[in-house]
Amino acid sequence: MSSGATLTPVRGRLDFGGYLIALSGIVRRELLRFFNQKERFFSALVRPLVWLFIFAAGFRNTLGLSITPPYETYVLYEVYVVPGLAVMIQLFNGMQSSLSMVYDREVGSMRVLLTSPYPRWSLLLAKLIAGVIVSLIQAYVFLGIASFFETDIPWIGYLAALPAFLAAGLMLGAIGLFLSSLVRQLENFASVMNFVIFPMFFASSALYPLWRINESSATLYWICQINPFTHAVELVRFALYGAFNPVSCAVVVGTGIAFFVMAVAAYDPGRGLLARRGGPAGEAG
Amino acid sequence: MSAEALAVEGVTHRFGARTALDGVSFTVPPGAFVALLGPNGAGKTTLFSVVTRLYASQAGRVALLGHDLNQEPSRALARLGVVFQARTLDTDLTVRQNLLYHAALHGIPRKAALARIESLLARIGLLERRDDKIRTLSGGQSRRIEIARALIHAPDLLLLDEPTVGLDLDSRADIVAIVRALVREEGLSVLWATHIFDEIDADDRVVVLHRGRIVARGVAGTLSEPTGSLETAFRQMTAERGPDGPRKVA
Repeated sequence: MSSGATLTPVRGRLDFGGYLIALSGIVRRELLRFFNQKERFFSALVRPLVWLFIFAAGFRNTLGLSITPPYETYVLYEVYVVPGLAVMIQLFNGMQSSLSMVYDREVGSMRVLLTSPYPRWSLLLAKLIAGVIVSLIQAYVFLGIASFFETDIPWIGYLAALPAFLAAGLMLGAIGLFLSSLVRQLENFASVMNFVIFPMFFASSALYPLWRINESSATLYWICQINPFTHAVELVRFALYGAFNPVSCAVVVGTGIAFFVMAVAAYDPGRGLLARRGGPAGEAG
Repeated sequence: MSAEALAVEGVTHRFGARTALDGVSFTVPPGAFVALLGPNGAGKTTLFSVVTRLYASQAGRVALLGHDLNQEPSRALARLGVVFQARTLDTDLTVRQNLLYHAALHGIPRKAALARIESLLARIGLLERRDDKIRTLSGGQSRRIEIARALIHAPDLLLLDEPTVGLDLDSRADIVAIVRALVREEGLSVLWATHIFDEIDADDRVVVLHRGRIVARGVAGTLSEPTGSLETAFRQMTAERGPDGPRKVA
């Protein structure tokens, strides 16, 4: 079969420039896969839009909102839930990336990634960044659609929210990455939905302001306050209205770093879980 | 520093109470085709995981072209190409997109990568399929693409973990011919894990792995001499050899 064709010589770069090439390759692959899976894109959009157009419309008259920062006036419920729903897209996306990591590990493409000569933490970071870029596209398309619904977000807010979305996406992706190292098989992933996504989403300030939760349960209020998802939502909410929430920023960045460090340890070839549990399933020999 | 393409010295790995690899030592000399022969469960895939640094061995040392895998992982991995047992191409992406992704993982700029991809695809006889999605290719063609992918960064050592499993006879022969030509013409060093005896020539070096230990190593023709065939010799080795040391031939 060999035609004896001469192979063009080539040499990869191991420096930072080489890493940037690897990073762009990982991002490009993630984008290609994303645009190839149109149904994933639409289902990611439909979920928050259903909340916005159906639930929010229904709850509009039953839930009264007082003036809470960053809002300077009374806002409609639809306006209140938009930032939370945008970050919900990132939450699902972060967990979806984690799901695809487990899948990648089972089918072996994770092994291909890890044969790259760059430090393992930098490959995992590149994977995170790629996932966040995909989630940003989804979040901004959602915000674009929501803008027809009197969300009152100033145009500068969309720009100011970009770093907030980045930080939130990296944190949620890092949590997902860490979870992917714990979940051994794809089938176990349903429990991640039940025990991570839903509690994080509902026990947060995404759907209702925390002072209202405090009125019904002090314990739940406390849980919501330590939930990093609450801070991701608040960081984005403040940024969308041109304000900065330093506490939320610190929680989001700190939680992101903590989970990323734990994920890197879990994928470490010497200490990591893979070494103790074995490689991908389905390979004999 | 060892000048061997691959030097595995006293590698041991356990999963809980189960010992998957037990003091495994062997070398792949530069430009050699070495067959790693072992039944399912012998520890071949664990060995590949250790050599590709999916996880580090709990004891022993692995070096590629003299670069210790734990001390200089980047330099070692840059010299290594791998074809895993599982299919690891993105089936919804085209041949070229898959190869470009892998070139990027090794820090190869796009322009240089495109030229390299063209020459590799010409070499494996699939140049005309470069814009086709992987899912439209046959099993044998996908495997050939995986070999091209493993060679994209011009490695010195190529590892293949049972690359012909599930392929028809013609595809198997194609894969074997491509890899042997690369050894002959490009000076590539190859470690070929298999349990198919037809793929091993009489003058190939063979390492026989059984229950995590090396039970024999040597030239295939010499190993098969006492029984007349490598397959019979292999069955005897894996049936009779206990926990004593490896049987050295040639």
